[in-house]
Formats: sequence, structure tokens, C-alpha cells
Amino acid sequence: MSDQDTAIGAPAKRKEDRRFLTGEGRYTDDIDLHGQVYAYFLRSPHAHARINGIDTSEAMNAPGVLAIFTGEDLAADGVGGLPCGWEITDVNGEPMKEPPHPPLAQGKVRYVGDHVAVVIAESYYQAKDAAELVDVDYDMLDAVVSPADALEPGKPLVHDDIPNNQCYVWELGDRGAVDDAFDKAAHVTRLDLVNNRLIPNALEPRAAVANYSKGEDQYTLYTTSQNPHVIRLLMSAFVLNLPEHKVRVVAPDVGGGFGSKIFHYAEEAVLTWASRKVGRPIKWTAERVESFLSDAHGRDHVTHAELALDENGKFLAMRVDTKANMGAYLSTFASSVPTILYATLLAGQYTTPAIHCQVTAAFTNTSPVDAYRGAGRPEATYVVERLVSAAGREMGLDQAEIRRRNFIPKDAFPYQTPVALNYDVGDYDATLTEAMKVADVDGFDARRQEALRRGRYRGLGYSTYIEACGLAPSNIAGALGARAGLYEAGEIRLHPTGKVTVFTGSHSHGQGHETTFAQIVSDRLGLPFDDVEVVHGDTDRIAFGMGTYGSRSLAVGGSALMKALDKVIDKSRKIAAHMLEASEADIEYADGVFKVAGTDKSITTAEIAFSAYVPHNYPLEELEPGLDESAFYDPTNFTYPAGSHICEVEVDPETGKVQVVNFTAVDDFGNVINPMIVEGQVHGGLAQGIGQALLEGCVYDPESGQLVTGTYMDYTMPRADDLPSFKVGTKNTPCTHNPLGVKGCGEAGAIGSPPAVIDAIIDALAPLGVTNLDMPATPARVWEAINKAGATRAA
Amino acid sequence: MEQAMSTTIKVNGREHTVDVDPDTPLLWVLRDELRLTGTKYGCGIARCGACTVHLDGKPTRSCVLPVQSVSGREVTTIEGLGGREAKAVQNAWSGMDVPQCGYCQSGQVMSAVGLLSDNPEPTDADIDRAMDGNVCRCATYARIRAAIHQAAADMEG
Ligand code: FES
Ligand code: FES
Repeated sequence: MSDQDTAIGAPAKRKEDRRFLTGEGRYTDDIDLHGQVYAYFLRSPHAHARINGIDTSEAMNAPGVLAIFTGEDLAADGVGGLPCGWEITDVNGEPMKEPPHPPLAQGKVRYVGDHVAVVIAESYYQAKDAAELVDVDYDMLDAVVSPADALEPGKPLVHDDIPNNQCYVWELGDRGAVDDAFDKAAHVTRLDLVNNRLIPNALEPRAAVANYSKGEDQYTLYTTSQNPHVIRLLMSAFVLNLPEHKVRVVAPDVGGGFGSKIFHYAEEAVLTWASRKVGRPIKWTAERVESFLSDAHGRDHVTHAELALDENGKFLAMRVDTKANMGAYLSTFASSVPTILYATLLAGQYTTPAIHCQVTAAFTNTSPVDAYRGAGRPEATYVVERLVSAAGREMGLDQAEIRRRNFIPKDAFPYQTPVALNYDVGDYDATLTEAMKVADVDGFDARRQEALRRGRYRGLGYSTYIEACGLAPSNIAGALGARAGLYEAGEIRLHPTGKVTVFTGSHSHGQGHETTFAQIVSDRLGLPFDDVEVVHGDTDRIAFGMGTYGSRSLAVGGSALMKALDKVIDKSRKIAAHMLEASEADIEYADGVFKVAGTDKSITTAEIAFSAYVPHNYPLEELEPGLDESAFYDPTNFTYPAGSHICEVEVDPETGKVQVVNFTAVDDFGNVINPMIVEGQVHGGLAQGIGQALLEGCVYDPESGQLVTGTYMDYTMPRADDLPSFKVGTKNTPCTHNPLGVKGCGEAGAIGSPPAVIDAIIDALAPLGVTNLDMPATPARVWEAINKAGATRAA
Repeated sequence: MEQAMSTTIKVNGREHTVDVDPDTPLLWVLRDELRLTGTKYGCGIARCGACTVHLDGKPTRSCVLPVQSVSGREVTTIEGLGGREAKAVQNAWSGMDVPQCGYCQSGQVMSAVGLLSDNPEPTDADIDRAMDGNVCRCATYARIRAAIHQAAADMEG
């Protein structure tokens, strides 16, 4: 037994790490089933083409080939399209345009990497070799890759029956009130912003192994998913039309997701379907190039935004117009990202009384775009914080000062924003004050002067962000178009020996749930941490689940466990009353011991568990044997993590190279169960946010629609020496509406950091006349901005 | 077309004879033939470090290493890792909660052990240089740096 402190709030060591440090983790590609064969997906080499025909005859004769299937085979078998889980209503009152998304292309391919056929063979190499013999007769079509282009009249149509490639136009907020406020403004700040497209690149490529067992008429799918129950639901109900109780989906260890493994992908459905056709288990693992081409990408917004202020720098109104790229098809949650998860966050931490946002979503000949770490909230934060910083610079107001003048004060909660959300609690001033202290803002001028003497420009950038996590109250989500509920399920099973198995519908792929959840259960039940095992990721073992995304696991999944724990304790109290021959009302519970008030008669949780399974003299009419309780938890509100990020950069004006020299993040995550794990999550988020700001950018060739950044040679991933050591702290106000008082921490770093980095660079280069800069701020781009500003000033 | 041939390789101190195309990268022989799945695939072009093993004690990317080139040499994978440096690294890693999703960590551990075997007191710059080829999308870099210093200190003590 470990002697470490594992109570709630203690930095318990991760249970997961033993297997990860010895190579004993079990990821999908580590699983082999007896008699398994392999799939290779033939993908479109073209961004846009009509398929006149597919001739598989030669490939079928290649060695080892068992079967080749195309979109026609799926259609003939009644296989449906991949569904979108969120319906957005257009401003004209119509539902969004929702084109069919066949798992294997039918009639047309719409992006490079689109699935054309699957070849199944005895070995992977045989399947891959045979795929080269599949003869696809394509008629090439012109491609369109950017949303702004795609929406113009006369452009190539990704879906023949969707005019102007427009998926929807959607709006939120009071346009009239915003217009009035702008009329009265003393100052208006205007910005054109690009939120660069990102490729998630979880280090574990997507993979799946599917098996159909004829004897039991049962399907099993092992897959790299953040939410196996959601995959089972979507695949069985919408795509393959199978009864759910005949489908088991297992997501074992998953090597990072960041959103990209939420979605139901074509390969999962095709493999599951084909395993029955072929009568063998089938395995597929993406090559990295397939990850680049076919994992859903993130971000990709183009925005014009305006902020109206009075003469004191008080925000009067905000106006935002965004074009969002959906890619070629609607991925599982694509439609909700630039709408529900975006426009609702435009109030930020501020009292801006009127906000209007219009979003136009476009189809393009690119990979589908969906949630990526932060999903909508980083895009919103980038708009708000870039506007606020620009307004501060334009009006000559200190960056902290303009923020403080507009913060929602800590005594104003609950606070209703003009964009639908009701913030429960927060103290924005406190995180900013703390962050400024940690970042040593007072000493910055001296550091700036010192850098200047070395010919370097230093700048500070601020981002005081908010996010909405803990998705989501099902009634609100439903009213906004969600086609699913967003609760979570959990079960606590005490065994006769006092050991505990915890079943959760949340899924851990780096977040350390096996540790954090065990801390909660062990703390609540007063049982040793080492005696608590957390099980996740298997639809046959866990009753139900909605999975992990949107920093929801602890706030929603953890709360479900708290509810189940309450039930366990309630029942234990009854058992204790019986065993101690006292009335239930006299039983007191604390730290694993049930006691008759005012006496020394007591019994432990472990003893109760034993008696629950050996009920030799139970009053069976009042007490049921066993100690196994489950619960569903549906939140009553979102949670609102918030914080202050301060970035300090140094720029070499000769090369344009930016170095992040200091990065401070002081966040409010509510109560913290395991501070070590939380800090790790913040590090990860910050790295991805800094990666977006400085390094990462997905590029499609605008003519051919080919992915230009399709390998690690062309797509720059943050590496050790790109990142500073982070200064991370918390200033927490507990969430008011969930039993743990927690808010969520997984995305904060990626949400808060990009505008802090970009504004730090702009601040550094302001003396040279630079006022705007797009992400990623690569040396070439920064150098160009410096020279352009210089030229403008010289002219 | 693959041309199978029998090749004998020594992995974790044991000899194995495998029937594969001699150009097959060692990574796939480890994973598919020897069922040593602790070594991971991330890119296949020596740009991520997930597949790092030791070849005669030196960290090497197994995804670009033809199996024929390792016959007569000692291959060590995460499953066969042992010794003072390995113990120090694994202890420091777990003490500082380094891993997140875990996928890159076999490779990180192999690279770190390689570094410490070579240089028992690395500086930050030494660490960045030695570890630069190992991508971690969960970005556990700050802790990796700290854990290597910790392991170095533990080895000394
Ligand atoms: S798989 Fe070998 S370096 Fe990436
Ligand atoms: S721990 Fe997830 S990639 Fe490194």
C-alpha cells in the first residue's frame, strides 16, 4: 500500500504511469484478434472529382486479397451516412444544409484523403499493394479550399445541390442594440482576424479492430475514441442500423485525442460492417499521412470584429462577423463549434452590454473541420482579447487597466451575458492581479530596456479569458440543437472484501482519471486509494456514457460518481443502522466510519460491504443485499473556468524569430482534486496554444486543393526547445452548482494563450509600427510585418 | 512485393529468427512478429521518436531501421530496459507525473536513458538536444526536463 497522501486536493501519483513507463499500455494497435486480416483505405488523390467508375477486378486477384468494397456496396446494403450530432437553424428559419456523408464516397470525392474504397487482405502490405491496382476513373473538378472563396457566387460546388456552398448563416445577439451603441461610441476598434487551421496530430494515429462473432451475433469494435458509447450510438442507430445491445465498442488506452477522437469516423463503420461480410476480424491503423489527411481538423475562421467604447474605455458593444470552414462534410459536432461554442463566449470576462455575432459556415474541398482542444472557445477568446488589446493600444490605456475597467465585478454573479450564458461565479481581478505579480510586470520595463540594448524587442501580451465547460445541461443543449443529451453516468461497486470498482462514462486519454476519480472515491468512502480501480472505455462494462471533451470529465463525470457515492453512503447508513441496532437517524458518517451518535459503537465501510454480500440476518423487506450504486448526472449550468495569461516575448528584428521568454498562467478552475495532474493539463494546453500562435498552420493549395502541410517535415509541431518553462498558478472560486465545485482545466491553456502570444509580439513591435499580425507568427511572417510597417512609416 | 527471408536478431538479450522482408523496419518486426508492442509508431520517417529503441545502447529510431541491419547487434526495447539509469528515469518520471496519454513515453524513456548513460549530468541544453527528436503532443516537455535532472541527481546519490 502506498503511504502517499491521496486525499482530495493532494498530488497523488498517477496510477496509469506504471504501465506507460514499462511499455505495458494497451492501445488499439496493440490489440490483435485471432485470425485477423487487414484493411487499407484507398483515398482520393484529388480534392474534387467525379467518380465515373471503379474497377476492382485486377486488385481482387492480387495475392492475399479477400474483399474490396466501395460506396456502392455500402449503399446496396443499406448502410447510412455518418451523422452530424448538432442541428443549427439558419437565420431564415430553415435547418442547416446537411449533405449526405457516405463512409465510402459515392459519385464524387470532395477532399484529398476522402475514402474511395477499402481493400481487405491477409496482410496490411498485401492490402496496400492491391489498392494500387484499383482503377478509379475520375473526372477532375475545380476545388475551393477557403470559406471566403467558397461562399462567393460562381465557385465550384462541393455538394451540387447546396448553393454557394453555404451550410448555414446563424446569428446570436441583439443587432439593433449593437447598432445603437456603435452610433454613440467615442471610439471603435476594428480588426480582421484569421484563426488558423490546425491539424490535431494526437501522437497515436487513429486505429480500429472490428470483429463479428457469428455464434453470438455480436459485433465488437476496438477504436481510438474519446467516447465509445457515443460511437456505439451513432454507428448502430444511424450508420449500420444495428441493435445497440449487439454492439460493443471498446476504447482502450488512447494516445491523445484533443477533440480529434470524439468523432465517428468512416473507418469505424466500414470495418465493423466488413468484418461480418468477410467473416474475419479486421484491423486498420492510420499511417501518419492519413492522420494529416483524414482526422478532422480544427479552427479555420476568418473574422471581422469591431468593439465600440466610450471615452473612458468602457465597452459599449461588440460586432462580429465570422466565416467558418466546415470542410467537405459535416463531422459529428462540426456545426456547433463556430456557433454554440463560439458566439456564446464573446462576452469574455466583461460587462459588454450588447453583442451581435453572425456566422456563415461554408463547405470546402478540405478535410472536415470539427472540435480541437477548446473548440470554438479559443476562437472566441482570440476575437475578444485581440480586440481588447488593440483598443487599449489605440486609446493609450494600459492593458491591465482597460481590462479592469470592464471586468464583471466579483459581486455581480450570477451574471447574465447578452449572449445566452449565465456565469455562476468568478473573480477576474484576482487572477489578473496574481498573474501580474507572478509575471513580474513591474520589472518589465527594465527587461525591455535591457533587451533593446542587445538589439531585441520585448513585449508583453495579456489574455483574460473565459470558457464554458462541463457540457452540458441537456435541456439547454437540446434547445440549441443538440441531438443528444449531455449528462454522464457512473457506477460504484463495492466488493465483499471492501475493494471498489468505479465505472465511468468519461474516457481518459491523458487526463489521469484512473487517479483523480480514485482519489474522490477513496476519500469519500474512507477506503485505501490502492483498493479503488477505475474502469472506463468499454460499452459492455459501463452502462452508459457521453465521453470526454469540452473539459467535462470531472465536472460532469465526477459529479455522476459523487451522486452514486451518496447513494452508496445512504445505503451503508441503513446497513449500519441494522448492524449496530440503532435508528438510521442516529448514524453519523465520516471518513469511512459509520457511528451511532454519542456512543462508541461503529462499523467501517469495508465491514458494511462484507455484510452487504453476506446478508445472513438482513431484514430483507427493508434492505436489499449488495452494495453497487449507479447514477446519471445532468448539469444545471455550464462551468466557467477563467484566468489570466501573460506572455513575454523577445523578437529578433533581423530574423523575425520570436522567443517566448516567460509565460504565466493563473487560472480559476474551481476546486482542484489533483494539482499535479491539473498543472500537467495546463502545460499541454499552453503548448498547443503557443503552437497555434507561433508554429502550426495547415495549408491547402488554393488551386489544386492538395494538402501542403501533410507531414512532420511541413507541419511544425511544438518541441521541447520551442517552449519556455511555464509559471502556472491558480486562484480558485468553487463552481456553485456541481457537488465537487470543479470547473475543468483541460482546454484552458489552448484557449487563453494564443492572443497573449500575438499581442506580446505586437506590443514588442509597436515601436516599429506593427499593429496587426496573423497566426502562426513564423519568422518569415514577423519579418515581413516589421518591414511592411517600416515601409509604411517611411512612405 | 515483399520477399520474406529469415533474419536472426537479438532483442532484449534473446535471439529471434523472423521471416520477413529484410528491408522491413525493425519497428514492425518488434511489434508484429515479436509482439513487443511497447515501441510505438508515430510517423515512420524518424521525425517523432515514438519508435525509439536502443541499438548497442544508443537511442535509435526503429521505424527507419531495416531489420537486416541489426543482425549481430543488441536491440533493447522498453520491455527489456534495465539498469541504474533506467530505474532512475522510471522513478523520476513517475514521481513527477510526467506521462499524460503515455503514447510517446516509451520513446521518451529510451532517449532519456540513452542520454544519461552517456552523460550523467546533462545541462538543459544537453537535454533539449538529446530529446529534441521526441515529440509529445500532450507537451510533457517541462516535466521531462525536470525529471531528467531528478534522475541524474538520484543516480549520483
Ligand atoms: S515512428 Fe519512428 S520517429 Fe516517428
Ligand atoms: S504523453 Fe501523450 S504524446 Fe506524450
